[in-house]
Amino acid sequence: MEINFAHHQSAHCENGVVSNLMKFNGFEVSEPMVFGIGSGLLFCYLPFIKVNHAPAFTYRSMPGFIFNRFAKRVGIKIKREKFSNPKQAKARLDENLENNNPVGLQVGVYNLTYFPDEYRFHFNAHNLVVYGKENGNYLVSDPVMETVTTLTEDELEKVRFAKGALAPKGHMYYPIDFPKELQLDKAIVKGIKNTCKDMLAPVPIVGVKGIRLVAKQIRKWPKKKGVKIANHYLGQIVRMQEEIGTGGGGFRYIFAAFLQEASIVLKNEKLASMSKEMTEIGDLWRDFALDASRIYKNRSSKSDGYNNIATQLEVIADKEEVFFKLLKKAV
Amino acid sequence: MKKKDVPQDKSNLKSSGFKELCYAVNEKGEYTTEKSTGWEPKTIALDNAMKDINERVAIAKGKVESNQASPIEYYMELAKMDLPILASYVGMWQWRVKRHFNSNRFTKLSNKILQKYADVFEITIEQLKNINYGN
Repeated sequence: MEINFAHHQSAHCENGVVSNLMKFNGFEVSEPMVFGIGSGLLFCYLPFIKVNHAPAFTYRSMPGFIFNRFAKRVGIKIKREKFSNPKQAKARLDENLENNNPVGLQVGVYNLTYFPDEYRFHFNAHNLVVYGKENGNYLVSDPVMETVTTLTEDELEKVRFAKGALAPKGHMYYPIDFPKELQLDKAIVKGIKNTCKDMLAPVPIVGVKGIRLVAKQIRKWPKKKGVKIANHYLGQIVRMQEEIGTGGGGFRYIFAAFLQEASIVLKNEKLASMSKEMTEIGDLWRDFALDASRIYKNRSSKSDGYNNIATQLEVIADKEEVFFKLLKKAV
Repeated sequence: MKKKDVPQDKSNLKSSGFKELCYAVNEKGEYTTEKSTGWEPKTIALDNAMKDINERVAIAKGKVESNQASPIEYYMELAKMDLPILASYVGMWQWRVKRHFNSNRFTKLSNKILQKYADVFEITIEQLKNINYGN
């Protein structure tokens, strides 16, 4: 059976799944809107979590948070289910598909056969929608892909029960209850306030302070860790900044797109100009990634290079601090 | 980022036939989306990450050949895993898995334990015991 589900490509998986599921249920909500209301923007440095033998950096909030916050703020209810038994997980999925209900799934990336090899790491917080089953194959709408695709039963079970950090445990979710009309204005204000709070948090590894801490660490890496590891760590920062489809801005462009949309909904001119500023900050992140890539391309150890990009990060941190303080007052 | 500046560099995304979506501003300053075939800084970062893994695999292979490590370590690197991930896949404590990296201990492992590892790596026990099996 196949549910009449429209696939729209998105820049990022979780926003994309939420936006696509909302559109399926008759609510036109764009990807940036989901991202902004769900307070997806963040910076966090997690030196104690090692991903692929390097510390973790994240430019967005924890998996699941975006949808949860979005749902709470616009007043929809989500049903979430996790399973210990793969058979039961499959049965519940099939049941939903029979009831014409496309569902979101959290999956591991490593066994997603349609991804290029370079993207297939043991990263367990990817999201996609399953919208049907045909000849024993599941019909899959992966929001970062241009078109829909399929996975066999075995393949889907493998990605749903990937192990390691953030193991999905068959995690399945879908909205069950909607308000008559979506009230976006209050939700937008809440989303923005939350993002400002996160980015200005008085915690050394989070937000603006986190960016400054990373800048400080970058200066030390070549001496402390040696060329090879320092280069590897830099590569990690850029890879995390990029994920798929952020265009190098570490989600800053999606956030800017959200602010632009929000300025129209709230009839707030100030947000439109803040959107422009966010775009400029996104460009700075891009320049940073470009310069960082020059260092690891040449496997260079010159501390000038490291000091230079560390300074760039500090400039970004200063700009973002001013930006989020102003944004807090703008709504 | 301006729409016309959305990077269209060569990348492995392109060779596997898909483009990613980016948000960028058009001439009027409005946000819109544009597809990108890839961006060089990211391609280099991804390539480096792959080179890194290949290097780790080669080192592990050398260790197995000189009896400094068991094939489990080699297959772990080959599957892009690290100790915590492998331990969670086989459902054993990390310290136990780490002991199995020892080539002497590995030869004494029961078939039941070996099968667990073989299942995770999707190979047979024979392949697990001999890293050059079938190559």
